[in-house]
Amino acid sequence: LGNGLRVVLAPDRTVPVVGVAVLYDVGFRSEPEGRTGFAHLFEHLMFQGSANLEKLEHFRYVQASGGIFNGSTHLDYTNYFETLPSNAFERALFLEADRMRSPRITDENLANQIAVVKEEIRVNVMNRPYGGFPWLVLPPVLFDTFPNAHNGYGGFEDLEDATVEDAAAFFDSYYAPANAVLAVAGDFDPDIAMDMIDTHFSGIRRRKRPVRPNFGEPGLSADRRESVTDALAPLPAVALGYRVPDPGADPTRYLATLLLAELLSDGDASRLQRGLVQSRRLVTDVAAYLGTFGDPLEERDPTRMTITAHYPDSTATDDVIAAVDAELVRVAEQGPEPGELDRVRTKLAGTIFRELDQILNRSLEFAKFELLFGKASMILSLPHLLTEITDLDVRSAAQALEGSGRAIVELIPGAE
Amino acid sequence: MTASTGTRRPAPRANGRHAAPTAVPPLTKPARPRKIASAERLLPNGLRVAVVRRPSVPMVEFRLRVPFLSSKSHHLARSSLLSETMLTGTSRHDRTSLAIALQELGGDLSVGVDADRLLLSGSALSHKLPDLLALVSDVLIGATYPKQEFVVERQRLIDRVTVARSQPAVIANEALGKRLAPGHPYAVSVPSVEEVADVNAGAVRTMHHDLVRPNGAILVLVGDISANRALDSVERALEHWTGEQGTRKVPPLPSPITGPLQLVDRPGAVQTSLRFGGSSVNRADERYPAYQLANLAFGGLFSSRWVENIREDKGYTYSPRSVLDHSTLGSVFLASADVATEVTAPAILETLYELGRMALLPIKQSELELVRQYAIGTSALSIATQAGLASNMIALLGAGLDLEWLTSHSERLARVTVDEIAAAAGEFLSPRNLVCVAVGDSAVVRADLDRLLDVEVVEG
Repeated sequence: LGNGLRVVLAPDRTVPVVGVAVLYDVGFRSEPEGRTGFAHLFEHLMFQGSANLEKLEHFRYVQASGGIFNGSTHLDYTNYFETLPSNAFERALFLEADRMRSPRITDENLANQIAVVKEEIRVNVMNRPYGGFPWLVLPPVLFDTFPNAHNGYGGFEDLEDATVEDAAAFFDSYYAPANAVLAVAGDFDPDIAMDMIDTHFSGIRRRKRPVRPNFGEPGLSADRRESVTDALAPLPAVALGYRVPDPGADPTRYLATLLLAELLSDGDASRLQRGLVQSRRLVTDVAAYLGTFGDPLEERDPTRMTITAHYPDSTATDDVIAAVDAELVRVAEQGPEPGELDRVRTKLAGTIFRELDQILNRSLEFAKFELLFGKASMILSLPHLLTEITDLDVRSAAQALEGSGRAIVELIPGAE
Repeated sequence: MTASTGTRRPAPRANGRHAAPTAVPPLTKPARPRKIASAERLLPNGLRVAVVRRPSVPMVEFRLRVPFLSSKSHHLARSSLLSETMLTGTSRHDRTSLAIALQELGGDLSVGVDADRLLLSGSALSHKLPDLLALVSDVLIGATYPKQEFVVERQRLIDRVTVARSQPAVIANEALGKRLAPGHPYAVSVPSVEEVADVNAGAVRTMHHDLVRPNGAILVLVGDISANRALDSVERALEHWTGEQGTRKVPPLPSPITGPLQLVDRPGAVQTSLRFGGSSVNRADERYPAYQLANLAFGGLFSSRWVENIREDKGYTYSPRSVLDHSTLGSVFLASADVATEVTAPAILETLYELGRMALLPIKQSELELVRQYAIGTSALSIATQAGLASNMIALLGAGLDLEWLTSHSERLARVTVDEIAAAAGEFLSPRNLVCVAVGDSAVVRADLDRLLDVEVVEG
């Protein structure tokens, strides 16, 4: 649109459902120092009323239309979305446009949502064993700069210090239409949809798109190891963090690393399941994944591969790490077995199809790929891109990880 | 599906810019719900099969439900281990080759169990359906429960049970379950470490032999498949799976133990996990639509009284929610919220207030319309994917209902009145009829709670 908002349409008239997603190009990484957790707190504030809506009305309009809504904050973006019966399509556009125009942020709503976010952190982190492990404890060991290393949920002091003025400034910088992507999927006529989008969004004032800083950091030259004590956890755990290739600049090496993670830990036939769980009985559970939250394609550089293991014996940590290393070395030296890569690729293709069967996921995925990689349709070409990765690529990916420094965080159980 | 980046620039309006819309657009005419055609067949071995063609993506979803309800004391530990080890070996495959075969189908297969049923869930690229069925048949007829794999999985389950029992949510749900269904198999869903350690592979093989039988089982397939061909494939693949389960006696659901709030002590806890529960009615009951909407209005969606009060007004909690939960022998109302320790008593006060208000006073017509549309709309959303439709179908068929029940349910919801909701809420949301459990730091929260209601403290 004229104000810089990018729009993606994905019509599909087979089920009477629409998905609407708005992604803003701001996440944990863009929070100012002293305001940890602000991007997530701000996400909550975007639901507290807007230009033409009182507090609580946004939720009521979505649900009274038979729809559901949510939002979530990630390293590099924040999303807002709803899925509804298709007769509520224009209503959903109105709701998203209204808060893109001006959210209604008051002292009272801010205080209320600070309290709610603190309870969210208590229920997900402080009051449960393994809360925030490893997503909150690994970054400060794996990274050195504030944007990459800090706690994205935020410290309570920083949250309590947040002001309405902070929120206004954050909105002004990062919630410009030119810094957002709107994606709609499902049961609509594309021409009519484009007219409606024009009606609701084109009048939102054009503002400068903020310059995204380079968050890059040099790789680790040696291993770094720390431990955390979890007073509620009954059994130990360890997380290994690796720096990985730039997904945008070097997709081949990145996707090879993705396939490596899958062949290491996806399913009973994977190498770490067979080696560490089934044969050696060292660990209860093991997982290897790319991206902070397990979505391999939701972050720009620098991102990470994480391997976590839970095991019953506190003295076994070094054995667990050595066993992971041994599997990486095996792939680095010998590459995948015949057929191994093909079945992992087939499985991934099935996973992508299943995900895209949901209209809401389509709007979210198209918006995300447009925002991060400038190409909404990339999600559709992923299965094909994966077929171009060779055994040698995966072997090189394993060599790169095996030869690099990494972050190790050991969780020491504090409960009986 | 396609993605097209919108590049067309519409012609500028007369004044050159757009006035900002200020009114919420009305809903347009709803799309007429499309009838879902399902093909069914009862196989000679007693297996009931239902297939829906839904070619949205080139996949097929698989759900197989086997009734598993039993009141034997060792049933929970044995059935838990059976579900963990069912895919670790067959007469044709070892664990690794079975997992490889599944990956090659672009799919997955998993086994889950609860008090009512064993459920095999899977998916595959749709043209691989015959291969998926062949693997399933191999598991159903020829699962071997190899001792070596069994020992690994038993230790893993012990570790997981140890971790589960450190979770406040698990502690709270168990305390609630023991009072909602005292002495009944529904009371407990996580076995003890000792119970798990006592089970051997032979006992699980016997359980498979006795209970994993086609008579009374239900299979659902949804996907990019031809219904008749899929039915033929199932019949061919599973014809050698035979036999009937022995009859098992399970006592009816007992009455909940209401009475004092049960406070499970968890010293140092920064939150208190609150749980409320009571009897409800099942989906076939003519009062069910009113129960469903009364639950939604109380705490079943974000725009409900309880959530707007204790979250959006008071900020006591992040995720309060209430549900109606259906099992073979009965249905229950469950409400849960994790609240900051220091506001435990005020949060219970507000909860009792909102429950009492539901039980005594009629809801507004506008509230009824909101929850009615929410119930109708989200039901359509829940069956808009292959996986969602398959999961809904297996749950409905397992409860003795069918897709026709689901499609006609909108009409039943459309007829519910404010008075019917008041009658329902007067029963199941009355605080006197509810079990209350709190898991939290007794030393901090006890004194305030004593001022509000009767409390019984239990060691954590």
